[in-house]
Amino acid sequence: MAQYNLTINGKSLNVDVDPSTPMLWVLRDHLDLVGTKFGCGIAQCGACTIHLNGNAVRSCQLPVSAAENTEITTIEGISENGDHPVQKAWLEHDVPQCGYCQAGQIMSATALLKSNPSPSDEDIDNAMNGNICRCGTYTRIKAAIKTAAKSA
Amino acid sequence: MTLIDKKLNRRSFLKVSTLAGGGMMLSFSWLAGCKPTPEQVLTMPKEWFEINSYIKIGENGAVTLFNPNPEFGSNVKTSLPMLLAEELDVDWKNVFVEQADFYPKRFERQFTGGSQGIRSGWVPLRTAGATARQLLVNAAAQTWNVPATEITTNTGYLEHKGSGNRAGYGEVASLAGTLEAPDPETVKLKDISEFKIIGNSKKNVDGSKIVTGKPMYAMDHKVEGMKYAAIVHPPAFGMKIKSFDEASVTSLPGIQDVFSIKLFKEGFERHAFDTTTFPEIIAIVGNSTWEVMQAKKALKADWEIAPESNFKMSGWGPDVSEVKVPSGLENSSTHSEKMAEYITKPGNILRKDGDPEGAFKKASRVIERTYTAPFLAHNPMEPINCFADVKGDKAIIYGPSQIPDFIHGTVANSLGLEKENVQINLARMGGGFGRRAYSHHLTEAALISQRIQAPVKMVYTREDDMTAGVYRPTYSATYRAALDENNNLLALHVKAGGIPESPIHANRFPAGAIDNYLAEGWQIESNITIGAFRAPRSNFIAGAEQSFLDELAEEMGKDPIEFRLELLKRAETNPVGKDNDYDPKRYAGVLELVRDKSNWSNVPNGISRGVSAYFCHNSYVAEVVDVSIKDNQPVVENVYAAVDCGIVVNPDAAANMGEGAIIDGIGNAFYGEMAFENGAPTKRNFDTYRMIRHSEAPKKIEVHFVDNKEDPTGLGEPLFPPVFAALGNSLYKATGKRLYDQPFQPQLIDMKNLRM
Ligand code: FES
Ligand code: FES
Repeated sequence: MAQYNLTINGKSLNVDVDPSTPMLWVLRDHLDLVGTKFGCGIAQCGACTIHLNGNAVRSCQLPVSAAENTEITTIEGISENGDHPVQKAWLEHDVPQCGYCQAGQIMSATALLKSNPSPSDEDIDNAMNGNICRCGTYTRIKAAIKTAAKSA
Repeated sequence: MTLIDKKLNRRSFLKVSTLAGGGMMLSFSWLAGCKPTPEQVLTMPKEWFEINSYIKIGENGAVTLFNPNPEFGSNVKTSLPMLLAEELDVDWKNVFVEQADFYPKRFERQFTGGSQGIRSGWVPLRTAGATARQLLVNAAAQTWNVPATEITTNTGYLEHKGSGNRAGYGEVASLAGTLEAPDPETVKLKDISEFKIIGNSKKNVDGSKIVTGKPMYAMDHKVEGMKYAAIVHPPAFGMKIKSFDEASVTSLPGIQDVFSIKLFKEGFERHAFDTTTFPEIIAIVGNSTWEVMQAKKALKADWEIAPESNFKMSGWGPDVSEVKVPSGLENSSTHSEKMAEYITKPGNILRKDGDPEGAFKKASRVIERTYTAPFLAHNPMEPINCFADVKGDKAIIYGPSQIPDFIHGTVANSLGLEKENVQINLARMGGGFGRRAYSHHLTEAALISQRIQAPVKMVYTREDDMTAGVYRPTYSATYRAALDENNNLLALHVKAGGIPESPIHANRFPAGAIDNYLAEGWQIESNITIGAFRAPRSNFIAGAEQSFLDELAEEMGKDPIEFRLELLKRAETNPVGKDNDYDPKRYAGVLELVRDKSNWSNVPNGISRGVSAYFCHNSYVAEVVDVSIKDNQPVVENVYAAVDCGIVVNPDAAANMGEGAIIDGIGNAFYGEMAFENGAPTKRNFDTYRMIRHSEAPKKIEVHFVDNKEDPTGLGEPLFPPVFAALGNSLYKATGKRLYDQPFQPQLIDMKNLRM
């Protein structure tokens, strides 16, 4: 066990966990930030996507020991009131089915739009291909990303 | 106005007062409020008044509607309350929706599966809404001292023109809650033309919670003092636990205990949905998910071959059956060999019309094709998990289950508790697709909690989930057609089976459209567990049948849509045989609609196009798939679907589910496959089990609904089965290669030699 001081969604938080613990489980089990989801544990599904210094990363592969002195953002932190343009576009297109993958999808989409404010279809495919949606909401996700790109 | 079904069960209209004191409300916060969200127009009321099982109204006119069915992504949590709201006659923006827990005394059918949610809720839920509205009217009549028949309602308001009285529902809710509920048989339902909510798209009621990452799933549940559990199951079908070394994990950080649990008591008569691959598994309990997952890897366990076993099963039909689980470690290569033997071996005759044998003898040409598909894993995005808190003689379970009713008795029996003391609360599910109709994980979590006498959350890893069985079976179907010298169809013969079940629906199209018709089925026993997977059996046989009809049309020199329409005309005007279980007119209707919407005969440049149609879950669907070829690989450009599922309650959500079913079908047709070596699943996670991803989804999907006034039928499943053949047939046009075996993608890797 070791003490870590983490900056998550702009807040400074302390945890006492094994250094190998992935951020996914630090967030979910230790900090009660359960919006970040477990899907595969091997960087294949994207359900656990968070931002590390603004970049989309898979939190199931990020040990807590590597997260110190970074800025971490989770789905709970991308907006105060759920009104980030990507969140709004998601609601406008009524994207979710079961909803389980959507936090990860939104985190990948917000990171994409930050670096590329008007992505092409191919840019979207490339940025989003790591996020599986078992329910098959891909066409709506693409449409929502385009809507968000316009409104941002 | 329509009079409601007289057979309606009264249970839904019971008053809570008759139930209070039953000791069931372990966590069921009936009159407690839900949290308001910023978009809500009305604030939370000070007090709620219960009108019936589904409806409570606040003094300020706010309305809470309970969604009885488990939500796994088909959006019943929005569309079922829409049925209530329509007849209650309220403004949708003043409605809060809450998920009901499993509560059989209050709700009749808490079941998500078989595409039956809307269909079975259609009359009962509208009646519950209409009955509640009548109660409010009666309360106003009493208050104003006027006849109830002179009172009208309009979106949350009551009015009596004669006296000039007007009141909001909230003003009479308290009185309405004390009145005797009217006999549902006397309550009239709205005519379709009066609908204000049904047929108008409403957004997912959980949309804001989903996009902000609020806890909603069993996986997100946590209570004070909760422990975490991982499980270890045998590595292969046909194996069981021999021994395990507790000391290999108990000294690891954060680990509290390791033990094995047996899911069923000796001699227990299992329910048909108690399907589980491993009736004994090892549980590791500790302080965090990561720690128990690490311990899982460190656990030293020995496995042995399980001998043949038997158990008694009931709960599906009246009979108790004896189920045999054969011994042995099975291989996919052996499966294929055994299935291929049936191409020439006779099966069981399921339907016979005319003289098929004679027609085949007379034929100048016989076309025979065999289609196969592998086992499939459901792979819902949220791995199997469950929360349970069992203390003394009481159990609370919060778990993802499509059919809590089917596991309730089993959990109680395994725990040695009274059913009344086992409360199952319904979590939103991260997908189901049939997998969570089998709720063994509820029993597992409950047994672990009972053993440690503390609340616990059990979580499967993706590997546990993917290798624990309950798969879509593997199937094979051989179709034969007899043609005369003028290419007229004389007879059709289908022989299809699988491991361990046959996919044949013998009375479906093209039965009824062909004079000489023979359907045979067969099955091969196995210890690989199977279960319902989105549109069971249809999800294979539709692809085989509709691919064969496509090839047949080509051989006969006919347009594939025209050919199907000719057959359907025959089934409509002069049907062959009895018990044809489809309506040829509605079937033809979706083919005509898709022909129109896709502009069928006007194929855009660079596009190859295929069609398919199927009937299942009481609904009709036709689909056209357009593919192009880029960099020697097929790209799905457009999909057009025409659907006849009767009245569509929530059109945009219905389209969303249809799009999902189409993408699901394309993914499984191209990539879906589970295989076995010595009983062990060869794929354990998404690195090897290929799932469809963003770049492989169609560029455009259009879902068109036939506009009619039929009562609603199934929707979650019917768009899935037709995709396989529509895709296969379009790939044939693009490549010149007919695809007979799923998955398609491995056969398309080297397309250089194919026509393009
Ligand atoms: S859980 Fe991290 S990518 Fe799947
Ligand atoms: S919405 Fe269910 S997995 Fe994406």
